[in-house]
Amino acid sequence: MPISSLNFRAAILSLTLLIVGLLIWEAAIPAQKAVGELTEYELLTGGGQPKAGVPPPSQVIAKAWEQLSDPFYDAGPNDKGIGIQIGYSIYRVLVGYALAAVIAIPLGFLIGMSPLAYKALNPFIQVLRPISPLAWMPLALFVIQDSEASAIFVIFICSIWPMLINTAFGVAGVREDWVNVARTHELNPLKTAFTVILPAAAPTILTGMRISIGIAWLVIVAAEMLVGGTGIGYYVWNEWNNLDLTSVIFSILMIGVVGMGLDAALGFVQRAVSYAE
Amino acid sequence: MTVKSLGNPYSSETDLRHGADCGCAGCVTSAVEKQGGPDLTTSEGMLERAVESAIVRSVFGQSDIGRRSFMGMMGGTTMAAALASVFPINEAKAAILDNLGPPEKTDLNIGFVPITCATPIIMAQPLGFYERYGLNAQVIKTAGWAVARDKSLNGEYDASHMLTPMPLAMTLGAGSIAEPYIMPAVENINGQAIVLSNEHLDKRDPTQWKGFTFGVPFEYSMHNFLLRYYVAEFGLDPDVDIQIRVVPPPEMVANLRAGNLDGYLSPDPFNQRAVFEGIGFIHLLTKEIWEGHPCCAFAAPLSFAQELPNTYGALLKSIIDATQYASAAENRKEISEAIAPTNYLNQPVTVIEQVLTGTYADGLGEVQRVPDRIDFDPFPWHSMGVWILTQMKRWGYIEGDVDYKAVAEQVYLAADCKKVMEDLGYEAPDVTYKSHTIMGKTFDYNEPEAYVDSFAIKKG
Repeated sequence: MPISSLNFRAAILSLTLLIVGLLIWEAAIPAQKAVGELTEYELLTGGGQPKAGVPPPSQVIAKAWEQLSDPFYDAGPNDKGIGIQIGYSIYRVLVGYALAAVIAIPLGFLIGMSPLAYKALNPFIQVLRPISPLAWMPLALFVIQDSEASAIFVIFICSIWPMLINTAFGVAGVREDWVNVARTHELNPLKTAFTVILPAAAPTILTGMRISIGIAWLVIVAAEMLVGGTGIGYYVWNEWNNLDLTSVIFSILMIGVVGMGLDAALGFVQRAVSYAE
Repeated sequence: MTVKSLGNPYSSETDLRHGADCGCAGCVTSAVEKQGGPDLTTSEGMLERAVESAIVRSVFGQSDIGRRSFMGMMGGTTMAAALASVFPINEAKAAILDNLGPPEKTDLNIGFVPITCATPIIMAQPLGFYERYGLNAQVIKTAGWAVARDKSLNGEYDASHMLTPMPLAMTLGAGSIAEPYIMPAVENINGQAIVLSNEHLDKRDPTQWKGFTFGVPFEYSMHNFLLRYYVAEFGLDPDVDIQIRVVPPPEMVANLRAGNLDGYLSPDPFNQRAVFEGIGFIHLLTKEIWEGHPCCAFAAPLSFAQELPNTYGALLKSIIDATQYASAAENRKEISEAIAPTNYLNQPVTVIEQVLTGTYADGLGEVQRVPDRIDFDPFPWHSMGVWILTQMKRWGYIEGDVDYKAVAEQVYLAADCKKVMEDLGYEAPDVTYKSHTIMGKTFDYNEPEAYVDSFAIKKG
């Protein structure tokens, strides 16, 4: 790779920004003072023990090393490794998201192909879409009577709208000529849908799915903080409970990394189905 | 492990009275070394000892002084033989063991909110109290009381840590659907505090608190009712002169630091945590408002007790046993270490220890020594339930005519608690009502309506 390549220069710049940022952060945090002999009062008020506060990056890195070197430990129902917690969250997201896809994509096809269905269903979509997923949580807990299923339901309800709307939009926007060509070839409607409309609408559908997975990952953290039990959201809440900001920062970074991974996976699929006109 | 309360009843050295010792080194050693008789590490052994203890004590008319002097003169073995000749002690032991029966369901989920009030429920797992009664119980950390309520209502939790007013409110359908709930045991008494931000070090007089914002953990909580009561006694209307917000306990400290709250009346460890972090100070302990007030409780849906009576019995025994164990001052350090880890409270041990032992920094530069800062006493007094209902009426949480005593008696199962306490060899009161003194004012449980009317500051 030539040194002048844009990618290379961008990577150098990113790295520099990261290092400078971390150094400023490290320098901005005053070091804990060493203390001599402590009175009983000082001992009781945590003299010599770290106070809750924003930790320097070196501590966060040490915490990350400690957590990531044993990510799958299981010390009872309320203390599990970061790997297990993230596993629970991903499982919930994927189940809710898959359910949403199974319903949203066929329904979006229907809405996109039939102006009547579009007009009839649009008011419902417009009312339900802006509701915050977490607003469903109390109702879900009450009606479904199972916190696991409620969390999955919340993911389902927040993932469904972008997929539905994008599918409908993509299907409705397929070029008239292509459908006409299919008609002159006397393809039946089902075959038209699968061989002409689906490939043509696929990039738009995937855009909707990519937006959805991002929202689902945002929501699962909040939902787990609310309900507790397991998952990365619960992990953040549990560390917050102890005012342990080092762990909180570490888990925020993990949430970001996993979110990026999910987005990248769908981005890969999206590139695979896109076409040049 | 010491089981002080199940000390050898045939020994003149042990004191069987609940909480009678002072926790000094002498008392502790005498409790530890004078064990004997059945193997107290098994549930059968515990029950045998409990039965022996109950019988011996009934012979002496519950006078422990009399028993000890008698044992001293006669010698325990002689006494045991003499007693066995006139009383079918082995049959009695067998009867109680049979009577309990094996639990119908051994795998249980019990919810708790991570605060020191839940100490008995939590410690029963690491210290083996559930196992002792044949249960495999998991204690599950819960993000708040509303979730604990919903998970109890939907059956994910078999039983749960709750606030003493919650089962009353749930039974009446206030703030939730009406579902018959039972509260067979109180968890802790005292153990709360009013914390103010360090900015208000000069405002120790509550009349200066006009315009303050306070946090309480839940609407239907002793915290809310005690804070309202306290400020009202100083002439402030809690609905007008101050703002009371519901803030989840873990967020209290951060809100205090951010200046979002001026103070809070909350469960520990968050009072002590504010001092530990150098953000606030302890204005007063709630025991100064009402000495011995109830706070948190162990509650379950009525259906759990009806459908699984043996499981319910075994669970209640584990909880009451753990509660009594927690009430002994000498066990408090061991308990602090057992419940501080991530799995349970997830707090520094120093903070938990200050709460449980009552030797704490008050944030004002003094080390206070208040051993009963938090205490554990399972007996659910009906009069406490009536008081809670009067405050719910006073502040408009319930309206219309309330049959105070009927509701309290339906929800607070004092009889179940008494039976289990006695089975386990503890003393339980014979009455379920007593008068309470709150900030110098006597509460007459026979006149709840007149009590509500007697306050100048109330809603409506």
